[in-house]
Formats: sequence, C-alpha cells, structure tokens
Amino acid sequence: MGEFKVHRVRFFDYMPSAIRAMAFNSRTERLALSRADGALEVFNFADSYFQEKVIPGQDGRAVEALCWVRGRLFSAGLNGEITEYDLENLRPKYTMEAYGGPVWTICSNSQGTHLAIGCEDGTVKIFEVLEETIRFQRNLDRQKGRIISLSWHPSGALIAAGMMDMIKVFNAESGHATHRLLVERGVGASKSREVVVWSVAFLSDHTIISGDSAGKVQVWDGVTGTLVRTHLVTKWDVLALSVSRDESSLLAGTSEGTVVQFQFISSTVDQHDKEWVRTRTFKNHTHDVRALAHTDTAVVSGGMDTQLVVRPLLEKVEKNTQESALRKIAFPHRSLVSCGKKAGMLLFQFHGHLELWRLGESDGHGEEKHTCTLSETHGGCQRWQGDDHICCSALSPCGGWLAYSTISSVRLYRLQYNGSNISITKVAKLPKVLRSAHQLCFSSDSSKLFASTTHSSVIIIALSQSECKYLHTLRPKSGTRQPVHLMSASEDGKWLATANSDCEIHVYSLHKLKLHCTVPVYSSCPTAMAIHPTTSNLVMVHADQQIFEYSLVQKEYTEWSRKLQKQGLHHLWLARDTPITHLTFNPRNPAHIIMHDTYMFCIIDQNLPLPDQKTLFYNQMTLRSLPEPERTSHSHSFKICKTFQHLLCVSLLEDHSLVVVERPLLDIASQLPAPVRQKKFAT
Amino acid sequence: MAALYEGYTLCGLVQAQNQSDSGIQGIESERDSDHVVVTDSTRSVTLYKVSDQKPLGSWTVKQGQTLTCSAVYNSHTKEYVAVSDNKVIRVWKEEDIILDKAFKATVSSDVWRVHSVPGGEPVVLFQRGAVRLLDSLLSAPQQPVEEVLAQEEAIRWSTTVIAEAAQFVIFQTEQKGDHFLYLQRPNLNAVQRYRLEREEPGLSPLSFSASYRDKHINLLYLYPNGHVYQSVVSVRGPGMEEEAQALPLPRNLLFALPVGEGLLGAASALALDEAHVAVVGVPHPSAGAGKDFLCIWNTNFQTLQAGKEMSGKIYGQLWSYSSKLFIPHGKSLSVIPYECPKSSLASALGKLRQARTEGEMRKIHTNNNTEIKRTAPVEEVQREVEGLLSRSDIQELQPSVGQLASSLVSRSVADPAFYTPGTLAQLVHTQCLCHSVCPDLLLLALERKDYFLCQLCLQLFPDVPEAVTCACLKTFIRCSEKLSIVVVDAQGAVLPTVFFQHGLEVLQTAYSDTFLLPHLKDLSSQQVILFLQYLQFLYLRYSQDTFTQTHGLRSPTLTQIMDWVCLLLDAHFTVLVMTPEAKGLLLNLHRFVKSQVRLFSELGKIEGSLEELQKIKVKKEVGQYSIEVIELF
Repeated sequence: MGEFKVHRVRFFDYMPSAIRAMAFNSRTERLALSRADGALEVFNFADSYFQEKVIPGQDGRAVEALCWVRGRLFSAGLNGEITEYDLENLRPKYTMEAYGGPVWTICSNSQGTHLAIGCEDGTVKIFEVLEETIRFQRNLDRQKGRIISLSWHPSGALIAAGMMDMIKVFNAESGHATHRLLVERGVGASKSREVVVWSVAFLSDHTIISGDSAGKVQVWDGVTGTLVRTHLVTKWDVLALSVSRDESSLLAGTSEGTVVQFQFISSTVDQHDKEWVRTRTFKNHTHDVRALAHTDTAVVSGGMDTQLVVRPLLEKVEKNTQESALRKIAFPHRSLVSCGKKAGMLLFQFHGHLELWRLGESDGHGEEKHTCTLSETHGGCQRWQGDDHICCSALSPCGGWLAYSTISSVRLYRLQYNGSNISITKVAKLPKVLRSAHQLCFSSDSSKLFASTTHSSVIIIALSQSECKYLHTLRPKSGTRQPVHLMSASEDGKWLATANSDCEIHVYSLHKLKLHCTVPVYSSCPTAMAIHPTTSNLVMVHADQQIFEYSLVQKEYTEWSRKLQKQGLHHLWLARDTPITHLTFNPRNPAHIIMHDTYMFCIIDQNLPLPDQKTLFYNQMTLRSLPEPERTSHSHSFKICKTFQHLLCVSLLEDHSLVVVERPLLDIASQLPAPVRQKKFAT
Repeated sequence: MAALYEGYTLCGLVQAQNQSDSGIQGIESERDSDHVVVTDSTRSVTLYKVSDQKPLGSWTVKQGQTLTCSAVYNSHTKEYVAVSDNKVIRVWKEEDIILDKAFKATVSSDVWRVHSVPGGEPVVLFQRGAVRLLDSLLSAPQQPVEEVLAQEEAIRWSTTVIAEAAQFVIFQTEQKGDHFLYLQRPNLNAVQRYRLEREEPGLSPLSFSASYRDKHINLLYLYPNGHVYQSVVSVRGPGMEEEAQALPLPRNLLFALPVGEGLLGAASALALDEAHVAVVGVPHPSAGAGKDFLCIWNTNFQTLQAGKEMSGKIYGQLWSYSSKLFIPHGKSLSVIPYECPKSSLASALGKLRQARTEGEMRKIHTNNNTEIKRTAPVEEVQREVEGLLSRSDIQELQPSVGQLASSLVSRSVADPAFYTPGTLAQLVHTQCLCHSVCPDLLLLALERKDYFLCQLCLQLFPDVPEAVTCACLKTFIRCSEKLSIVVVDAQGAVLPTVFFQHGLEVLQTAYSDTFLLPHLKDLSSQQVILFLQYLQFLYLRYSQDTFTQTHGLRSPTLTQIMDWVCLLLDAHFTVLVMTPEAKGLLLNLHRFVKSQVRLFSELGKIEGSLEELQKIKVKKEVGQYSIEVIELF
C-alpha cells in the first residue's frame, strides 16, 4: 500500500467540560447530559450510544439538573431559570424565571403532569406542564434552608426534599411538610459543618433514600419518618443517587470517583424481609461522580473527569457481547476539526473560540521522520465575543474562508495571507436568511457555502470577493423536522449530501438545485459520509459500524456494498466502541477510503478481498514481517493503523500527506483539578 | 515371558583407533557355561570366568603381529586355536604362558576364520572359500588350497553348525552387491550355494545368525531397514557342481523392526530360540531417539518381550552363550542373563499369571533369610544376592532387600571375619535402602574403613542423621591426617587427597543447622582448621570455571560449601580466634568475604544504571507537532 507522510498534530488543546447532570428517558432510550459549560448532549442508547444531538452552551448558563417529561427535556440551573429545549432545532425553546433564586434541582412526577423545582430561597415550586410551555402553579411551604434535592413519590402525592441537615416530606396537595428527617452530620472536624443532602429518592413503598455530604447513604421509613439504616460509603460526599425502574437497585456516586451499588435483597437465604444491601463498587472515574443514571442494564455515570461511562451490569446483559463491554465516551461523536486540504490548514473548534493553524513544510524526502518545530507553523486565533457557544464551524478547502455558527448567528470571514502574516476580515453583510446553522460546509472550489437550518433544509450562499449572495434553499421531501448533523459536498461540485437524526440521507443535485435522491433509510444513524470524487458513490458509515456505498448515478447500492453486506463485516470491526467520525478518499488511488475513529484510522482498499471472520483482522504487523511477494496473499481490504491514538481528525491533504490530530486523554486528565483523594499505596 | 535380568560388566573395552569398533573381535564359549574366550581386535586373547567377572588367563602375540581371527576352544584337546597375520595358525593350552613359544604353523592361503563347536572338530575357513578340518590342515600346512569363490567375491560372515551328527560351515559372501550363502560339509567336500534375494538396492545384511532345528538350518538376517528375514535350508540339499547357478534362497519376512528415521547403522539380531530374537542397535519403539536398547522380540506374536537400555555406544555386536547375552557397549562388555520360557500367546501379551515366578520369589526370601542367618560362606551369599538383584521386579522386593541388608549387617557386626562389601554396595545401589531401614550399615562401613561404601550411602541415603554425617566427617579427617598423599593448594597449604574422594559426599548430604551444630563442636581445633582449609580450597577452585564438574564426581554447589564454612565458623569461632595457626586462614576468609561484598555492591550499582537504560528505551516523547512517515501494508 505504501508510505504516507503524516503530520502528527498534538497542539489542539481540546478540553471537554465536566459532566453536571444526567437524565435517562427509558421510553425513548435517550440519555440527556449537561456539562459545566452549559452544553447539552443527547445520546441514543438504542443506537450504539451515539451522540445524536448537541446543544451548545452559553456563558453563564449552568445546568444543575435535567428532567425528561415524556419526550420533552427540561433543565434548571443556578441562574434561576427553567429551560425547555427544542430538540429539533437544537436550541433552548424558552426560558422561564422561577423567582426563587438559584435553582438546585428539577424533578417531574411520574405522571408527567407537574414539575417541582428546589430553590435557594427554601421554596419548592410546582409547575404545571402544558402542551407548549409550563406554568407556575404554587409554592410548597417555604423552608429556612435551600432545597438541594427533590424526589416525587410515584403516586405523586408526596415530595421528599433534601436540604441542609435534614430531609422534609411534603404533601404535594396541601403543600405542608409532613415529616422532618434529621440527617446526622459527619464526625470530627466536619461536625461543625452543615451536612448537605445532595440527593434523595422516594420509592413506592415510602422508603426514602438519601445521599449526603458526610458520605452516608441512608434509608428512611417515609411513613414513620424514622431512620432504618445508614451506610457509610465514603469519607467524602455522596453526590448523586439513581434508582432502577423496578426499585430493586440503587446507585450512589461519590467524590472519590466510585459508584456504589445497593440492592434490595434478603440478606440471608431463607429470610423474607428484604433490605438495602451494599453489593458492588465500580471505580471508573478519577474525580467526582456528579451524575448518574440507572438504566435497565447498565450503570451510567459521569462527572468531573468529563468521560461518560456506561458500565453494563453483567447479570442483566448477555456475556461477551457488544452490550457487555464497558464503554467510555471521551470525545464528541462529531468532528471539531476542519481541514483546509489545499492550503494545509487546520481549524480547531473550541466552545468559545476557534484556532487556525498552518502546517509546517517538510523538506525531507524519503526520510524516516521529519520533525518540524512549532515555530514553523503559524497560529492564528479567532476569538469571538458573545454569550452563545459555537455549534459548528468550517474552513474552506483553499483556506480563504472561515465560517462558524452559534444558535443565534452565522459569521463568515475572509482570510488573506501575506507570507507569514494573516489578515482576517469579517464579511459584513450576510443574507438575512442565514440566521443560524446546524452544519456548515464549503464547496470544493470554495465558491459556495452550504448551511443546514431548520427541518433539514440547506441554504446555499454564493461567495465572491465582492459579495455573498443567497442562491437557493434545498429542502428534503420527507417532511422531517430533525436537524442535519452531517453534510458533505462532492469534489466535482455536483452533489451535496445531508444526514439527519432521523437517519435520513438526502442527496441534492447542485446543478439542478433540487433533491436528487434519498438513500434507503437504515436503522442506525450515519456517523460519517462522503461522496467519491470520481465515481460519485456515496460512502456512509453508521453508528453500528456498518459501511454502505451507494451509487448516486444508478441510485442503488454498489456491487462492493452488496458484497460487504452479504459477507458481513469482521467481528473485530463491529466490536470497536467509538464511531467513525470522518471519512475521505485518496485521489491517487480511487479504490481507497480513509476513515477514523478515536483509536485507529483505516484505509479500505476496495480492490482487495474482504476479510472473512477467520481472517486475522489487525494484520499490519504480520504483513510487515512477511517478505514482499507473500504480502498480497495475506492482505485484505482493511488496512488499520493504531500508531496514533485518541484521534480527533485524520484527513488527507492535497499533497497526499496525512494530517492526524491527536488529543491524548492523559493530557486532558493532567488539566483536570486534583481529585479529592488519590489512592496511594498502603494508605 | 522372556526377560532380561540385571547385567554386569565382564571387562572394559580397549578402544581401537577408530571409535566405531568395539575393540572385540570375538567371544567364544570355553569349557563350560561359565567360561568364555574373548579375543580383542589387536593382539590378545583373554579367558574369563563369567560369574566372577574375572580373567583367568591372557595371551598376547608379539608386537607387530595381529590376531586376524578370534580364538576358539577345542573341547576335545582342551586347546585354543587362533590365527595371526592371516596365515599363521597358533595352537596352545591354558598352561602355556607365552604364546610365541606355543605351536604355530603357516598355511599357504589366507585364513578367514577358525570355527569350533562343542561336539565338533575345529574347521578352518579360508578367505577364498575353501574349508579344511584343522587336523588335516595341520598335518600338511603348506598343502594347496583351492579357490571356491569367484573373483571379487568376499566372505562377510561365517559360522559352523552341527546338524544330524554332521558339521556344516555356513558362510555368506558378497559379490558386486549380490549376496550368496554357502553351506559346506568339510568332511564330504559338498557345497550348496544359494543366492540371497535382493533387498532394497544398496542394502547388505547387517547381521546373520544360524541355528539348527527340525532337520533344517534356520538363518536369521537383519537389514539396515529393520527387516528381519528367516530362511530355512535343508541340510540334505542338493550338492552343487562347480560353476553351477546358485539357487535362490527362499526367505520370509519375520518382522519389520521400527527403525525410526533413516537406516540402522550398527545393529545385530540373534536368534535365541525358535520364538525369540535378541536385537541390539534398533530403537526401542516407545523410547525416545538417541537411546540404545537391547530387546527381546517374540517372533511368533511379534511382540516386544523385554528391553534394556544400554548406556554408551552400541557397536552392533552381540553373542549369546548359555542364557547370557554378551554385548559390548560404551566402554565395557556387559553380560546380561536372559530367560526365554516357552511362549504362549497369553504370556506374550503379558496376561499369564506366572505362578512359577512367585514361587521362586518366595523361595529366594526364605533362602536368603535362613541361609544368611546361618553361616553360609561369603561366595554363596554373594550369589544369592546376585540372583535376587538380577530380578526385573526388584522394586517390589524392597522389603526383602532391607531385610537382607539388615541381616548381612548384623552378621557382620557379630562376626568380625564376615564382611561382604561388594554385596552391600550392590544392595545400596538398588536404591531400595535408606538409613532408617538399616541404621547400622553406615556405621559398619565406617568401622570397617570401607570408605567407598560410606560414600555410596551418603550419596544414596536421603535420611542420614546429622550425628552420623558428623561421624563420617570426623573419620575422614582423622584418616586424612594419617595419610601422606597430599595436594598443594594455591596458598601453598597442604591438603590430603582423601578428602577429594570422600569429603565431597559429606558436603552434599541433607542436614539441619540446629542438629548439626552440636556435633560439629566435637571436632578438635586442628580438625576444624584442616576442614576449613579444605573448604576454602574447594570454594576457590569451584568459583573458577576451570575446575567445575570435570572430575566425574558429584560435586557440591558453591552455596553448600559456603554454608559449611559458616557452620564451622559458628561452631568454633572463639576457639579459632584463640588458635594462632588459624589466624592466617581466618584473615584469608575475611579478605575473601570483603572482596565479595564489594563486588556485589558494585554489581548492584550497575543493575541500577541498566534498569534506567531500560526505562529510557520505553519512553518515547512525542512533541506537539512532528512529521512522521508510516508504512501500511
């Protein structure tokens, strides 16, 4: 296959933000997750944990709690507001001031008719959930301390509220407190400090379970208001609790990074009285576990260390399957890097700013390794002032244009280079129709900008030195309301493909400016796609790792794609747990498809035989050791390179060198604050 | 079922110049079943009494002369006949001391072999195929000898067989890859000539053996591919006229021995009776390569009946006289008694309950115990024990071996005149004994100054008490003080060699410090110094590569030596410090330990540095930006 010159880039200081809250919707199998920067992410647990939606954050918006009401998602934060999100347009739908100071928690009743919020001023506020909005109903009896945590009894008649040093049980009808449960403070020095009840859970048998800052998980009898059992699980805080739907299992997340499981079982075999027994401890985090979700089969946890961890409960899943493997989701499932292929430039997207880098020139030919110093690369930095965070960005292939979008506006810049100097000019007048974009993309000749907006439509803007002109809006015929999360224009300027969260892929003819075809909908969401520059075949990779190739000319799957589906992908390919996030072609060899996930990049040679299940899949080392003539008989179409890890981007420049952007997880970990307690040897 | 018993060495082999030759030209039976005449490949003939493993007489031709055929014994005249330098026939009696002074006669043609069997006259076979009775030849030594064989035809093997009161000389020849067999009756001058069927091209028979049974001469011959053929020749075969065509010799494949890879080199098959064949030089079917076995096969059922590993090189020679196999291997000629009872299928398959053997075993038990408790002479005891030891199921006899040894020891203790060192050594060698079974044995050996037996016991007994070990040590030191043979070590200290023979075993016995220490304290300071010197000497020698393991003895490890040094110093340190003679020794030891400690600390430093190197290799720093070249295949 040959040699590749690789620009190994490690200067993208991408720093994911800490996970603050989580809510799992077991009906839709969607996990909503909020981060410290206010961003919201939705993962589809039914589709290989694919991160299907991202709503960018906003300065000053800290989401403290999340709550699903049927398919609707609400959040509350310390800015004192309740927000409902528009999951079709990936933006807050409306925001409502609660007038109770910072809001610590939000929680709905099981009927989905009301929301309760806990406020700093000591009130529990009840909101009625209406068709399009919510409406304040009333306050429960105001308490002296702040309301940190809330839990409705499944009947909806009672609400337990975790406060400072106590738990109060309210009658949701009358609004009066019926019980006051005093929570013991920690021993020693922490005796003088108030204990914070970080989380409560109200079970249908009127058991109340609390987790507090003294490291206790306590079981209370909610009828009598008495303490049943105390489990001291950590020296630090128990920050989060989550109960399984059948109320047989409970998780507690601690500041030590552990998740402790309790199960409602008989402690001895012949005993019928069940009790909450501490059973397992999972340690998958280095820092605070701030958010937890107990799905039917797994423990989902997240916190300060920014990784989302899905730890299957092995008794609930089939052993040795994809489902039984531990997953750590460290990187977003979309590209934060765009590459100016012709100019050798990289654009890095941070939540509040963009970085533009020019890659160094290498003078060495045929040398094993050539290292360029950083001074040879040129860094440019574009900082954007404003509250909203960036949701997407793009760099034109020639490196002459740069565009990005927030939820409220789209900006376009003209870039000009004079030697090592770079001048950035904002394009002042953009067509009014271009208000915000879910995805941005330039045509290969940099003459057009495509911006996807509501209902999967695409706005085409013509770019020229003098002006930017609105050309057309492409609309799919399916009537989908979902946002586009992938967009790809063909090299020859003929085609534009879009993919949305409904798993629809639409291909438009740019000459005729109309929908050309819709690829048959596959059940799993596409995670990367690209149109082949010469054959006009659309190659798509889905969240379940399946690969398809669709001929745009014939409007059918290609022979190779059928063969691949018939034979099936190698089980090791399917066993990978990060999605393919970028896909490109090699102009030198039309049979080559280059794609990457977090831990490898792969060149698929369509001319070579496909590996069957018995083939040694990762065979690069073997091939290396074989003499040249024998290699062909052992090689198969998947050339996988794992030399580079924690990949954010792998792309091919016009000079046929590869650009590999790595962000070692260790570098991310080193920038995190120190964990509360590090386990040292013999301590 | 046929069995091979424990063998013993008849004599060592004097290797000829080339290694492939055993150095033995032939073995012939002598007056009875217990005597054989061994002719070596150069100049000497030796008469052995087999059971005693003892030579009774030896005769040698002069320097420059060579014996060209093995000596035979003429049982009529009680004379030995041999041929030197192909043409000189020599005849002598046992009383003749110098061979050169005995009778000799030069004949006109080269002699191949002289054959003699009990009940027959010696016959002389000439290299060109003529056969003469010895008597008639010696009456006119220079008589003309005819040529029977064709040009380029040469004898490869010959023997003589008595059949129906007639003597036959059988010999096999080779001519341009063809093999012929001649049967000749020397009295009648009648010859039968047969042509052997060709085996695979280029293969010649490795060994022949002939026997007379049921009015036929049975020939058994082995090819390098492991095929063993049998041919049956009638003794009343048709006479052959000169130049007549040789008859084809019918043969049947008796069996194909497993040869493994390649062909057999030196191997031999010997018919023991109508159903058993002894084979040497053929791999054992279930043993690994590189091991040589003597095996007995049953030809009727094609089963392996008995096998015995032969140490050292096998030369493909095998003789059998009166239920004993004679086999040169390695550096010795071994005698292995065997037994081939009448075979049945059940016994061949090992399924027959052998009541007889059990009866015999019981007999041996009672015999031993009763006879030895009485005052049987040493020789008889020895024979009895040998009989016991030659049994193949020796491991099952462990209790009786212990009993036997105990009774022998108690008799030796009671009767100062009675002592059977060889027998005791043999019993110890069985490894069926240990110190607790026969606690007096080692002390008896010490008392009788049988240091060889002591050494053997120390080596083979796993449970020698520390007190006894110490007693042995003391005895060795004491006797070395008296002896004058010494070696001089590097420091010029004088050390008795006795230690080299016996002390090494003491150092290798198992002991426990706590129990040994009090006994060590009984040594005198002089003894301690001597022993320490010895240990120091050993340590220095053994820490140099040149001295390791070259001397065939089992040698103690450096740790064992060091442990003994420490023990000795522990036991006697104060005494040694006070003894002026010990000062030099102690200083030496101190200096030695100091240098060792320094060496180890230096090595420790190096280890640290080397570990660092390893760490450096693993870590690969990747900067923020680099251009690399990768290759995909």
